Amino acid sequence: MSIRVAKTGNEAVAEGMRQINPDVVAAYPITPQTEIVQIFSSFVANGKVDTEFVTVESEHSAMSATVGASSAGARAMTATSANGLALMWEIVYIAASMRLPIVMPVVNRALSGPINIHCDHSDTMGARDAGWVQIFSENAQEAYDNLLQAVRIAEDKNVLLPVMVTMDGFIISHAMEVMHLLEDEKVRKWVGEYVPENPLLDVDNPVTVGPLDLYDWNMEHKRQQAEAMIQAKPVILEVAKDYAKLSGREYGLFEEYMLDDAEIAIVVLGSTAGTAKEVVKALRADGVKAGLLKVRVFRPFPAREIAAALGGKKAIAVMDRSDSFNAVSGPVFAEVRSAMYGVENAPKIVDYIYGIGGRDVTMDHIKSVYDDLAKIVKTGQVERALTYLGIRE
Amino acid sequence: MSVPKDAGWKDVPKAGRILEPGCAAKYETGGWRTYRPVHVPENCINCLLCWVYCPDMSIQVENGRFKGIDYRYCKGCGVCAQVCPGKRGNKALMMLLDEEAQGAEGDTK
Repeated sequence: MSIRVAKTGNEAVAEGMRQINPDVVAAYPITPQTEIVQIFSSFVANGKVDTEFVTVESEHSAMSATVGASSAGARAMTATSANGLALMWEIVYIAASMRLPIVMPVVNRALSGPINIHCDHSDTMGARDAGWVQIFSENAQEAYDNLLQAVRIAEDKNVLLPVMVTMDGFIISHAMEVMHLLEDEKVRKWVGEYVPENPLLDVDNPVTVGPLDLYDWNMEHKRQQAEAMIQAKPVILEVAKDYAKLSGREYGLFEEYMLDDAEIAIVVLGSTAGTAKEVVKALRADGVKAGLLKVRVFRPFPAREIAAALGGKKAIAVMDRSDSFNAVSGPVFAEVRSAMYGVENAPKIVDYIYGIGGRDVTMDHIKSVYDDLAKIVKTGQVERALTYLGIRE
Repeated sequence: MSVPKDAGWKDVPKAGRILEPGCAAKYETGGWRTYRPVHVPENCINCLLCWVYCPDMSIQVENGRFKGIDYRYCKGCGVCAQVCPGKRGNKALMMLLDEEAQGAEGDTK
C-alpha cells in the first residue's frame, strides 16, 4: 500500500527523484526550485541514491551537463525555475532536438523583470515551442505522479523527448499537503532500467552525436522530432493507464470536472484548477451548469480532444497565467481557440490573464469569470475578448 | 554518411547521429557545387598553381603534371581558375554551371 505523508511539492518531487535514482543530476539552485535539489543533494550525501550529483556554476551548465550525461547513456535529470530556465534556453532546445529523454521538474515562477520570485507560467510558456513534453500539476500529489510518469514517457522508444513537469511556485512547491507516496521498490520496478539508444559510452559501437546538420538533412530530423511529439500523445495515455494500476490514480491529457453537461466552463492549468473546482461546486449547488477543463498535458497539445470536450458548450473562458504580449491574448487562449476553429456549434471563447507575478487568485475572482460567462450566454454578446483579472484600473 | 540517396525522414538516424565511425570520407561534399572547374588542356602549362591553392585536394597530379579534378569533393569555389595563369591570356581552368558542364573534358567522375 502507498504511504500517506504530509509533504510540500518540492519535498514530494525530491522524494520522487530519490525513488527514480537517476544516474546523473546536474543542477543549480534558484527560488522556488532550490529545495528540490537541496533535498536531493542530501540523499546523495547520505548514500540514499547512486546518483552522480554535479554542482554546476549556472543553469546553462546544468542543462549542458545533463545533455552530456544523457548522451553518454545516463538517466539524467535537473530542475529549475524562471530565470534559470531562461539561462538554460539554448541547451533546452538542444536537449529536445538531440532526442534526449531528460526529465526536468520546473517550479513555475515569473520571469524577471521587474524581479519577482512568485508564481506565474511565463517561464514554461516561453519554452512551449522548445520541443519538450510539458505536463502541468495541480498539487503536490500530481507533481509527484507526473514526475514518475515523465520518466517512462521520455524514455519510450516512440518518443525519446525531454519532459518538463511543472508545479506552481510556492503555491504547490512550498505548501504542505497530505499526499501518497509509493513504495521505493515499487517505483524502481515500475520506472525500470533505462536502455539508451546510441550511448557515447558504448565504446564497441562508436557514434557521433550532435554533428553539423545543414539544409541537406536538418528538415528531415526536425520532421522526426515533430513525429515524436505526435507519438507522445498515445504514449502519455498508455503510461497513465499503467500508472493507474500501480497507484490507483488516473490521469488523462486533461481533466474534465463537471464538464459533461456544463453550459459554461473555464480552461485552466496548475493550482488554480483546485480553487476553480470549489467555485464550480458552489455554482452547481446554485443550479448553474458550470464546468472545468484542466489541461494536464500542454505539449503535445491535445487540440482534437479539447475541441471534442468543449464543443457544444455555450461560453468558455481560458485562464492564462502569463501574457504573450502579442496584443491579442495569452498563449493558452491562442491554442484553445485555434483548436475550436471549424468546430460545429463552437462556443464563444474569452481570455483571462490572471495571477501574474504570484497575484493571488481567489474564489471570488473565479466566480466573476463564471458570472461573465453567464452574461455572455444570456446576451449573446462578448463585451471583452481579453480581461486582466483583478487588475487595478 | 552512408545514407542511400533516396532515403526519407523515416530512414535516417535520429538527431543527425552518425552511427558509423570514420565515414566522413563517404560524404561527397562535391554535392554543394554550383559551378565546376573544367580543364582546357591546350592552355595548361602544368605550373600546378591550381594544385597548390585547391583547399580540398581536388586537383589530381601524376608525374608532376595535371591529371584531372576529383569532383566528388570539389565544391566549385573557383580558386583554381582564379590563380590559373593559362597560356597567352587564355585560362586552362574555366568555371561553368555544373549542370551545363556534365561530361565536359576533364570530368573524372
